[in-house]
Amino acid sequence: MADGAAAGNDALVDRPGMLGVLMLAPAVIYIAAFVGIPFVLAILLSFSSATTGNPSIHGFVGLDNFIQVVREPQFVTALVNSVIVTFGTLALLLVLATLESELLARAFRGKRLVQTLLILPWAMPASLAAISWLWLLDSQFSPLDWIFRQAGILGPGGLFGPARHFYYLGRTDLAIASVVVINVWRMLPLATLIVLAGRLSIPRDLFDQAAIDGAGFFRTLFRITVPALMPVLLVAVLFTGLLVFGDMAVVALTTHGGPGHSSQIIPYWAYLKGIESGDLSGGAAVALFMLPALLVVSVLTLRFAYRSQEA
Amino acid sequence: MGAVRAAGFYATLFLLSLFAVFPALWAVITIFKKSADLYNARSNPFLYHPGPTLKHALYLFQHTQFPVFALNSLVIGACVVAITLVLAVPAAYALARLTGHWGERSGMAIFLVYLVPPTLLFIPLYQMVTLLGLANTIWALVLVYPTITVPFCTWLLLGFFKSIPRDLDEAAMIDGCSRFTAFWKVALPQALPGIGACVVFAFSLQLSDYIYAATFVTSTGAMTISFGVPTALIRGDVFFWQSLMAANVVVAIPLTLGYGLLFDKLVMGFQSAEAG
Repeated sequence: MADGAAAGNDALVDRPGMLGVLMLAPAVIYIAAFVGIPFVLAILLSFSSATTGNPSIHGFVGLDNFIQVVREPQFVTALVNSVIVTFGTLALLLVLATLESELLARAFRGKRLVQTLLILPWAMPASLAAISWLWLLDSQFSPLDWIFRQAGILGPGGLFGPARHFYYLGRTDLAIASVVVINVWRMLPLATLIVLAGRLSIPRDLFDQAAIDGAGFFRTLFRITVPALMPVLLVAVLFTGLLVFGDMAVVALTTHGGPGHSSQIIPYWAYLKGIESGDLSGGAAVALFMLPALLVVSVLTLRFAYRSQEA
Repeated sequence: MGAVRAAGFYATLFLLSLFAVFPALWAVITIFKKSADLYNARSNPFLYHPGPTLKHALYLFQHTQFPVFALNSLVIGACVVAITLVLAVPAAYALARLTGHWGERSGMAIFLVYLVPPTLLFIPLYQMVTLLGLANTIWALVLVYPTITVPFCTWLLLGFFKSIPRDLDEAAMIDGCSRFTAFWKVALPQALPGIGACVVFAFSLQLSDYIYAATFVTSTGAMTISFGVPTALIRGDVFFWQSLMAANVVVAIPLTLGYGLLFDKLVMGFQSAEAG
């Protein structure tokens, strides 16, 4: 190392340890201040009686906020919906991301164009994407309904007729299904990127060997590709799962948690309660129900990262 | 590939691409529709019956606050990108080179910070920006958005710095450069593609936020695109659909092109992170 050789002003800064600390400190201090402190405050807040009128953390009320939240009928609906939306999205994502990454692992003409088209959902701001879907799923003017009518699926004499519309966001089951589809649409590019990165890291010899053995597409996929992808599929599930679980823009702008409260989810309820109704501590208590998911994802991800180091 | 397999390959690719772009495609068609045509459920919605119009697209720029929202988002974006680079670039280099084994392996842990849901933090952060007197200004968002961008960009850059051969900066140091000069003169230029990617992502991640924008800002003058557009163009039950879609498309096109160009860089970032 050149440590000994360097002298003068640079000497202190030149020690790798010291320079490392100096370069790392600003980011760490910032994150501690604006992620670490709010994280702790979120917990303290949920035990207090703060409101938007009096936002300081005061009036320790123990578990009262949680008890109140759990007693509300919306609680179970929101928790169940959050879980359904998250797992429904993940199930579809796993299949589609594996498929999409398998296609993108090959060379073909126009690949750059296809990659650009495929990444569009992730590039669009979540709220604007949600509005596009709101219009696409409009109760009266959805072009999907028109296509289904032409195909004889909707309308008089149709499979789901005589109704001329599906009312995607107006019925509980379809509203939740719509939220799942929108989330799959939004997260597929990210999931694909994660899986594709893993796919491209699989040694070529494995595929060459399979080709020599005469294995077909599906045999290769299930015998070689998918087993080798298992760790990255787990990463894709954990990452996109948490992003879907914590997102409120899609529900806030499409179903508004409706019809009624039937498609309510935890993060949007926390927002409505904490900000719209001014019950900061109640909202914080609702949001805290996302903490276990965060912890599970953290532990699994770190264990995975640690184990892959050992291997 | 046999003919059947090739057909299956392109058909699947086409269907996936169609799924990805369909809402945007429908948005583009909508922008130029006259209202009488738009609200006619009988005719083919993909065609223009009385012909297209530019009226609603112009309305967005001339009669709504969209230019204000766009300017706010640009100013916030520029500040957030600058703050992110100042914090994330040195941090990523330090982790890749200076903090030993645990630093190199911290990729997953950093990404977890990015995954902490903003919906868990928005209420205490609302209190903090109120306390700092920043509520209802764009500076509240400038202050808070790096919580999303710094972890993501540090993670991405960590991969880039790790992919630069150690020999390069060590050779520079043997030639008499200090460690910091080796970073500044040798590693940094090598990591420029990664830094470029960070600029794009930091900008688009701040643009994509909805919850902080909805929580911290209530006056129109300080709103961003992601909260301002739905607020200004949806009034009760009245939706200005064509103008809304114009806003979506105007924002989506540059972002999609940016992401498309960086597709391979992103795959590289994930490859490096997955390798530990």
